[in-house]
Amino acid sequence: MKALPGSFDSRAEAALADPSLQKALQNFKPLFVAKRAAAVAELSDFERLRDAAAAIKDAVLSELDVWLERYADKVESLGGKVHFAKDAADAREIIREICRKADARTICKGKSMVSEEIGLNEVLEEDGYRVVETDLGEYIIQLAKEPPSHIIAPAIHKTREQVADLFAQNHPGRPREDSVAGLVNEARHALRERFFESDVGITGGNFLIAESGTSVIVTNEGNGDLTQTLSRVHVVTSGIERVIPTLDDLSVFLRLLARSATGQDTECYTTLSTGPRRAGDPDGPEEYHVVLVDNGRSKMLAGRFRDMLRCIRCGACMNHCPVYGAVGGHAYGWVYPGPMGSILTPLFNGLAENYDLPNACTLNGRCQAVCPVRIPLTDLIRTMRNEQVKAGLMPASQRRMMGAWGWVARQPGLYRALERLGSRMLRLRAGRRGAMSSLPGAEAWTRVRDLPAPQGATFIDQWKARGGDQ
Amino acid sequence: MSRSTHAQPRVGLMATCLMNVFRPNIGFSAADLLQAAGCRVEVPTDQTCCGQPAYSAGDDDTARAMARQLIAQFESYDYLVSPSGSCIGTVRKYPQLLADDDAWRSRAEALAAKSYELLSFLVDVRRVTIDASYRGKATYHDSCSGLRQLGVKRQPRELLGQVEGLSLTEMEDAEVCCGFGGSFCVKYPKISEKMVDDKLRSIAESGADTLVGGDLGCLMNIAGRLRRTGARVRVWHTAEVLAGRTDGAAIGEEETR
Repeated sequence: MKALPGSFDSRAEAALADPSLQKALQNFKPLFVAKRAAAVAELSDFERLRDAAAAIKDAVLSELDVWLERYADKVESLGGKVHFAKDAADAREIIREICRKADARTICKGKSMVSEEIGLNEVLEEDGYRVVETDLGEYIIQLAKEPPSHIIAPAIHKTREQVADLFAQNHPGRPREDSVAGLVNEARHALRERFFESDVGITGGNFLIAESGTSVIVTNEGNGDLTQTLSRVHVVTSGIERVIPTLDDLSVFLRLLARSATGQDTECYTTLSTGPRRAGDPDGPEEYHVVLVDNGRSKMLAGRFRDMLRCIRCGACMNHCPVYGAVGGHAYGWVYPGPMGSILTPLFNGLAENYDLPNACTLNGRCQAVCPVRIPLTDLIRTMRNEQVKAGLMPASQRRMMGAWGWVARQPGLYRALERLGSRMLRLRAGRRGAMSSLPGAEAWTRVRDLPAPQGATFIDQWKARGGDQ
Repeated sequence: MSRSTHAQPRVGLMATCLMNVFRPNIGFSAADLLQAAGCRVEVPTDQTCCGQPAYSAGDDDTARAMARQLIAQFESYDYLVSPSGSCIGTVRKYPQLLADDDAWRSRAEALAAKSYELLSFLVDVRRVTIDASYRGKATYHDSCSGLRQLGVKRQPRELLGQVEGLSLTEMEDAEVCCGFGGSFCVKYPKISEKMVDDKLRSIAESGADTLVGGDLGCLMNIAGRLRRTGARVRVWHTAEVLAGRTDGAAIGEEETR
């Protein structure tokens, strides 16, 4: 996916001024948060599960090359084919080639964030294939020609009325549906046709299991199963960091994923695929490919953002992020929104181009508190700011202010004097009103809120005057 | 400087920048509470800032310089206490910030280990009882740094529960950020406005006439927005209520005397 046009500010501003988006955000916010909290409360050992999951991921990441090789060997021994893609362009070419060789016409897709990351749909459509997203949310935004705004609920920014309008335009000859059940049913009918025509089925891979050569997808709609079972060729797209050693390890992650993502005990479908159809299998694809995408991940492995590679893409961080809750996913400009995107997007697409993402955060820590694999998201967002400073990206005006402030703050006498002066001037301006509704130089504050005035002389001056210690 | 005994620990009170300039009443409240808790309170008058603005902005060099200065000023005390979760949260980050500095790392660790946010110090270390009264229905905003970095949650509620005449009611989303976030509120004012308005709605729905919290930045943000929108909710730092220093104007209120 290409980065969305405009600046973070302009996209955020548009989001705040969009009443139907605000309504959609208002509806979804309490839902995910409350459901997760209830699901977590039901488990007595959730915190230990988080520790275990983080430990499994850390162990794999410390020997990632070894685990990837084991996984690839196993897949190939079962008749599958593993492709390593160094970047997005490489991944796209590999998949185009698979589709070409399969003489495909229709390509069905289960939800895959990596496919969004590498911008797959655009090139496949240019090649003339009929590309059909089969996850309901992805289907909706494909019809709307919009990027996803959430990693597990891509059309969360759309209201029911907007979906009804879209379906009415795109499904001619059907009466307009307005109920949720009616709309789901309508999508099911439309998609069922496509599944039967599908030549290549492309899915993501929530987990890749080294010991068995298995790829695992987790869905609520069963669309992923139909995509990979009914197509002649199954292509799994996945990041290289998604490999885990064993099926036992999988059980740890499955207990965390659904609870963190949607607050379900488990998603409706957890599907394990191991190789192509074997002799005697009643169904399954003739070919089974796994495209393992690096696209900057191996570089992360060696740096300060390695913990981010533990991410299992549950979306809990954005569900709990008050900034995401205010502006939605499109403001973040690319595939990964919210806290995880504020780290991944600058790493994948450039620190300078995405300067705002880590800065548009209050460091409130709610994301970090809910992350199932204990990624220190808030700390990493701050670390990203440090990387930006080291790269000389802090705006000159802010850099000058920080430098001056840092110098003054090391001259206690001068600092005291300036505090004293500031206090006196603010009190003069406020008079007896207790607060100011405007203040030159502080418009960004006073445009939104009054500025409470200082109560009197500074605390330290008063303390000294009262003969306090030191 | 006097020597401390077990009975009377020496506490260095960190006067946060905002408190020092805008709300000295919080500092005096903190001193009262610490003294009532049997501590000898001292205020190093050469202290400036913990470096939080630099640290949050990712300017680690400036933050390290501030950290070294503050460590030197406070390390001789038995405890460093401050009425702010975010400033103490910053002090607790010093060991990480100075991890590569052999001369300062252990000094940073030693100071971080004896640095406390005021309310958690009063409850967890000193086990105080409160003798104060306040007439009103209050709701408590959990400031993010205190809550998530330091685990300040039950302590303020426990102490506020002892204030005569005060009834405490929980608002929806008490743990959700108010949109202050230091420089965030001036860099992204429109997003901040939306967030503080969500907070104001929660406060209004709680039916409380008073908002209390533990970090002045958040309180100035909320009080400033309450006043701008004409809402008549009084805003106090928890320490002011616990110390019974609520005779004057609340945060952002007109002076009546």
